[in-house]
Amino acid sequence: MRRQAMNVRRMKLLGAQVVEVTSGSKTLKDATTEAIRDWVTNVRTTHYIIGSVVGPHPYPEMVRDLQRVIGDEAREQYMSLDGKLPDVVVACVGGGSNAIGIFTAFLDDRDVSLVGVEAAGKGIRSGEHAASLVGGRPGVLHGSYSYVLQDGDGQILPTHSISAGLDYPGVGPEHAFLREIERVEYVAVSDKDALAAFKLCTRLEGIIPALEPSHAIHHAGVIARELGPGGRILVCLSGRGDKDMDSIPTKSEAEAVTSRGPLDVDEG
Amino acid sequence: MKAETRSRLEGALKAKGDLKLVAYIMAGHPSKKRSIEVGKRLAASGIAALEIGIPHSDPLADGPVIQRAGQTALAHGMTVAGAIEVAEAVARDGVPVVLMTYINPVLSYDPRKFAAEAAQAGVAGVIIPDLPIEEAEPITGWIRSASLDTVLMVAPTSPPERIANICSHSSGFVYCVTVTGITGIRKDLPDGVLELLAEVKKHTTLPVAAGFGISRQDHLKALRGKLDAAVVGSAIVDEIERAGDGVSLVRELLKACR
Repeated sequence: MRRQAMNVRRMKLLGAQVVEVTSGSKTLKDATTEAIRDWVTNVRTTHYIIGSVVGPHPYPEMVRDLQRVIGDEAREQYMSLDGKLPDVVVACVGGGSNAIGIFTAFLDDRDVSLVGVEAAGKGIRSGEHAASLVGGRPGVLHGSYSYVLQDGDGQILPTHSISAGLDYPGVGPEHAFLREIERVEYVAVSDKDALAAFKLCTRLEGIIPALEPSHAIHHAGVIARELGPGGRILVCLSGRGDKDMDSIPTKSEAEAVTSRGPLDVDEG
Repeated sequence: MKAETRSRLEGALKAKGDLKLVAYIMAGHPSKKRSIEVGKRLAASGIAALEIGIPHSDPLADGPVIQRAGQTALAHGMTVAGAIEVAEAVARDGVPVVLMTYINPVLSYDPRKFAAEAAQAGVAGVIIPDLPIEEAEPITGWIRSASLDTVLMVAPTSPPERIANICSHSSGFVYCVTVTGITGIRKDLPDGVLELLAEVKKHTTLPVAAGFGISRQDHLKALRGKLDAAVVGSAIVDEIERAGDGVSLVRELLKACR
């Protein structure tokens, strides 16, 4: 609740009761666990609503169908602005709801590459990350079989990401499928690179992105260099960064980070 | 599955005028050695079967007591292999042992290896609460091929046709979850539990056991004659957490079963 204080205030303003989770690692995983426990306890009077494409069937499908408005509208707008489709669509992936929402509209457009960007945290090799597809293996978490960060005995591992929304040890099962059939490529971007992209986007565009899509923005820079001039990239900017201001390091830390951001080189 | 060949678990749990008691402990709680000691003492206390939990980091169906026990066990290094060793040490004393865990540790271990090693250790059956009937095969098939029972669970929200389906795929006994929700100590039996038990009894000749929230003599008195067995978990684990062994609690509860 502290990491998402602004969102909590907004939810309360809208009339919601927000319950703090005190069990386990106190991240999105444990909030999901507690929500499911509350739901099974009060199942006769409660409908479970989840914002991500995780959890038991049919929730991942339901959330995908609701989120696909992102992709349908983005595809239509891109066509009307540019007369054709983008070369690449990039979105961040925690549980993966915004990504599945935008990807779904482009799945049949075989010329459009789709790239999902997970949180590499302090680096995949450090073990402190939240990249389930890049760094995990198949398993069951919260009632679905997908890629999971787990130890050799099937115990779920703690995760780390600077962004609360990506800080989850599993991923929506449809992403695992899209990777398996090689329709979507999944990569991971570190805290540092995401912060650099956060700052760059804020300064160049006047748009403060959330830390989650800042991972995708960084990777869009990587792809832009590969594509060269004329490359067409659609990034899912899935949230505003106002809520993340307290997670941004102090000025000196941020500058140390930015000087190493690869986007700076290109944008000069 | 031929109905006429009764498994060891089935034989042990079928009530004969009384109510059988099943106790639950967590492997490795508070330590591996201590859980074996406690398991052996409980096995000698008059229970009909012992459930041994294999700890999981994310026990979706468990309340705070069993969740804490699992965290302690994991912190002290308990593993799937270690829990099978605990089961083996306890199973030697003759009371049927049932392993209870979540699907991910079993998948990660390899379900066929898990089944073979559990059978080798003398385990009688396996309960996996987050493995719904729709997803049960081929895993339950592998477990049964190793001559282990696969105990499936019925919930208060299960409609009659689903109850029938679960009963026809369960072996050893049918586990009736008495409440909507998670494990834990509760004051009263929930409304509707007797109706649920009556419905389940219509669909099976297997022993029927009730669990979740059962911890008191008056619970057992209300259940006696309505089903075959009752599972007591959190109340025993709570005693073990406070350095006890649950044996005196079991003896007290058994008085209400006869």
